[in-house]
Order: sequence, then C-alpha cells, then structure tokens
Amino acid sequence: MSLLVDIEKDFGPFHLKVAFETSGGTLGLLGASGCGKSMTLKCIAGIVTPDRGRIVLDGRTLFDREQKIDLPPQKRRVGYLFQNYALFPNMTVEQNILTGMDRSLSKAERQKRLSEILDRLFLTGLGRRRPSQLSGGQQQRVALARILASEPDVLLMDEPLSALDSYLKWQVELELMDVLDQFHGPTLFVTHSRDEVYHFCSNVCVLEGGRSQPMEPVDVLFRAPATLSACLLSGCKNISRARPAGPASVEALDWGVTLDCGTALPERLSHIGVRAHFLRPSRTAEGPNAIPCKVLRVIDNVFSMVIMVATPGGDQSFSRLRLELAKDTWAALGDPQTLYLSVAPKDVLLLQDPK
Amino acid sequence: MDWYPLYNSLRIAAVSTVLIFFLGLFAAYYVAKLPRLVKGILDVILTLPLVLPPTVVGYFLLRLMGPKRVLGIWFLDTFGIKLTMVWYSAIFASAVVAFPLMYRTARGAFESFDPDLAYAAQTLGRSNTWIFWRVRLPYCRQGIIAGTVLAFARALGEYGATSMIAGYTPGRTATISTTVYQLWRTGDDVSAYRWVMVNIVISAVVLLTVNMLERKDRRPKKRAVPAPEEVL
Repeated sequence: MSLLVDIEKDFGPFHLKVAFETSGGTLGLLGASGCGKSMTLKCIAGIVTPDRGRIVLDGRTLFDREQKIDLPPQKRRVGYLFQNYALFPNMTVEQNILTGMDRSLSKAERQKRLSEILDRLFLTGLGRRRPSQLSGGQQQRVALARILASEPDVLLMDEPLSALDSYLKWQVELELMDVLDQFHGPTLFVTHSRDEVYHFCSNVCVLEGGRSQPMEPVDVLFRAPATLSACLLSGCKNISRARPAGPASVEALDWGVTLDCGTALPERLSHIGVRAHFLRPSRTAEGPNAIPCKVLRVIDNVFSMVIMVATPGGDQSFSRLRLELAKDTWAALGDPQTLYLSVAPKDVLLLQDPK
Repeated sequence: MDWYPLYNSLRIAAVSTVLIFFLGLFAAYYVAKLPRLVKGILDVILTLPLVLPPTVVGYFLLRLMGPKRVLGIWFLDTFGIKLTMVWYSAIFASAVVAFPLMYRTARGAFESFDPDLAYAAQTLGRSNTWIFWRVRLPYCRQGIIAGTVLAFARALGEYGATSMIAGYTPGRTATISTTVYQLWRTGDDVSAYRWVMVNIVISAVVLLTVNMLERKDRRPKKRAVPAPEEVL
C-alpha cells in the first residue's frame, strides 16, 4: 500500500507545489492555516485538478498530466473525512453509511455490513437518528463509518479534531486512533496541531506557503526541526535570527549574544531556536552559553510559571525569551529581577532556509 | 356563478409551475457553474421578465408566436395547432413572467449549499445526478418550495401578457384576472367582488405558506449536544 503525490497548481498569488511518498502508516501534513493542506487533499480526491504532476495510489494512476489521466472522484477509492464531516443532513445515520457501500452487494449483505460497522463504531441504536441529533463525537464516528463502508484504499483526514470542543477531543482522539490502527492503507492526516501529529503520525511533511518540505520522521521534527516553519509548528517559541560566528558558534541577532552550538553549521543557516524547557535558569553565570537576562513579566499558570525575560538584544518581540518552570523551582530561585539562562550546545536548534 | 375562470386559471398556473420548476432548477444549477461574465449576462436575461412590464413580455410573445410569425407558422403547419388566443397560450405568458421568481430563489438556495456535501458524495462513488436529486435538492428544499409557491402565485395572477396572447373569451380563455377586468368594464360589480374575494383568498393562502416556510428556515439549527458518556 503506497501513495505517491507530486503535484503543482497555480492559484494566481498562491502556488501549490507538494511532493511526498508514503508506504502505509499515517503521514501528517503539518502547516499553518492557508498553506495548502486541504487543497492537497482535494487534489488527491479528484475534487480539484492540479496543473502538473501525478498521483499514484498502489500502482493505480489517479492523475497524470502527461498521460492525460484524471480519474473522477467516484473512481479513486479515497476516503475523505471533511473538517465538518459533511454528513447528509436529510438522511439518517443508516442512509448516510449505506451511501458509500458497494451497490453490487445483495441487500441482505449490505444490511449485515451496516450492522457490523454500526457496532464497530459504537453507533448501534443511533441508526435511525439524523446527524443534527448527534453530538460532535458521534457525528465524526458516523462520517468514519460511512468512509469505511465504502472500502477506500487511502484515508484523507482533514483536521478531524478541529470541530470538537476541547473536552470531547481526548475521547474522540482515542477512538480515531483505533480506527486508524485497523486501517491497512496509507492515511494522510492534515492538521496544524503539533500534539495531533505527535499522537497520530509516524512521518510528517511540513507545508509552508503552498510548498512541501521533505518528509521526515515525527521525532526528527521535534528533536531537530530543519526550518523556521517546522520549528514554529513543532511548538518552539524562542527564535532568533542568526548568522555564523565561528566554525561551531552562531551569533543570535535578536538576543544579542553568541552561542556555542557544538557542531558544524548548516549551509543556509537563517535562525536558531531554543525550546523553553531546555533553558536552565541560575542566579550566577554558570554553565555554557549563559545569557544575562532581565525579568519582564511572571505569568502564573495552573501548574507552572511562565517567565518572560529580556535578553541583551532588547525587550521587544523576538528579543524576549519565554521560560516555563515548575512553581517550586521558581520559588527556589527567590523571585529574582535578573538571572542567567544557559543552554547546552546540543539544545541549540539550527534552522536553515528551505530551498 | 360560472367557475370556468377559476378552473382555467388553476390549470394554467399548474402547468406553468411544473414547467418553471424544472426549467428554473436547471437554469439555477447550471448558471451558478458558469464563468463570471457569462453568468452575469445570463442572469440579467433570465431575471428580465420579473422587472419588465408584462405587456412588453406579451408583445415579445406575440412577435414570436403570432399566427404570421416564425413559431406560429411552424406550429400551425407542422402540428396544426394555434399558439395564440387559445387557453394554453396563457401558459407561455405566465411561465415567462413567473420564471424569474423560481430561478432566483432556487439560485439563492443553491448558493447556500455546502459544496463539501457534494464532494463527500462524489468520493463515496455517487453520480452527480444522484447528488443533485438526493442531496442538493433536499438540502435546499425550503428555498425551492418557496420559489415554487411564489411562481405559482404569480402565474395565477398573471394579467398583462395573458390578455395580449390569450385574449378574453368567456368559457374558453377567461382567467380570474381577465374576468375581473371584464366584469369591471361591463359594470357587474357583484360578480367582480366575488372574483376579487376569490383572488384575495388564494393569494393570502400562498403568502401564509411562504411565510411558514421561511420561519422554518430561520429557526436556528439545533446545536449538537454531547451525550453525557462522551463528556466523561
């Protein structure tokens, strides 16, 4: 089971250029809103026609500009989970699910499969209801049941958890994980949430401004993001523009310091990042890369303290650093006005411009 | 009292409404898909009968279907039927005049349709025809019913174009509206009032129907309430 996507489409000011290949498992498409994630799924489903390129699912060409192949959505065998589930409001749960089922099957067989799938997605007893009478989580299960009943070769999930209230999310997330685990084909999981990528996906492809960056394992995205956008999407909040200062040291322009990074610099170095939990606070300059800081603001969180500090680079936007500490750790420091933040050379994230 | 005008008006309105229903739906569906410029031009042409004086519509129809005009001659030669001054002539008049009401309401309803529903059905292997009749129409049904009812009411009350193309022959082409005019002209106030009342009752019923449909439409969509077991 594999999916190859290599497409381009021009929308005037916006240019979509996406390429990746996945062989089963769940691939995350991670990007800010408006970066072309949903458009990519629509191209794969055949709803939008790309200008160039090809899409091959399991050796079956769905789209190839050069060979003039463009299968209609009806023939592509893709299961598309829409952000708002797109359940037919005028039909019952059962009718919705039967919509996608193979019509060459006998009526008895279809009924049998229907009750199996209702059972599998905990929808037994809800078959006669209409979508408007269901909760958000139940609606999503109906949409999944409808997709699975159509026996697709690939699953396309378009921000499947974004329409849910946060207190429902966890439960639905667990159910969705079960469904994806049992599905044998590749799954594309579109999201802007680093947590969802971390929970669901084995590989991830970052999209920025319509362009896809090389696919990488999820743990690499979080351990060593390669670009500024990947770093921001992985949740890192401390970012500075940077330029090389030596063979293994960088000058952080926004922070006004030079940091030892312990390793050779990448070719197109543009920024560096440091995750908040890798910053070690102390009253005196100790350890490597100690940055003298002035405390700007202390924010009391439910279980932690967030401390905003000014660096030698200033106290505006990117010159500030964000630090999150356990409450007792902060108390042990004695609520200082100034402090030193040190960062181990290996924890300095070196980011480069995408090609 | 001779009830022929009521019977004639109802059958004219019924036949035109059936025509308008299908033509209006398909025009609304296909015009929405056209490129912007063509859409704008077609939209003006299709809506024009709504704002033109019905006499102008009648004039156009006579120029087209009159006994010495292209269509009139062709129909007489081929099928041996007259297109003007017979009861069904009024169908052309009321269909043209009432068409924009159906077309515009249906177009408005189609524009509010969530395209993801159609895409979802496509990825589930359903044909566009199936989607049109089983998803799009039911989704837009309130607007479409309202458009149909309005078109029916307008067709029932059509006077200007009808009087030009079908004239007034008692017991043959007389409709409620042409009868009222005729009764007023001959000074028969008692009969005229009766027909006026009939007309008011029908129009009131139609408007009530439309209002009820709109109220149903405006009722806030029920928000999905999570079941207790899902909250926990």
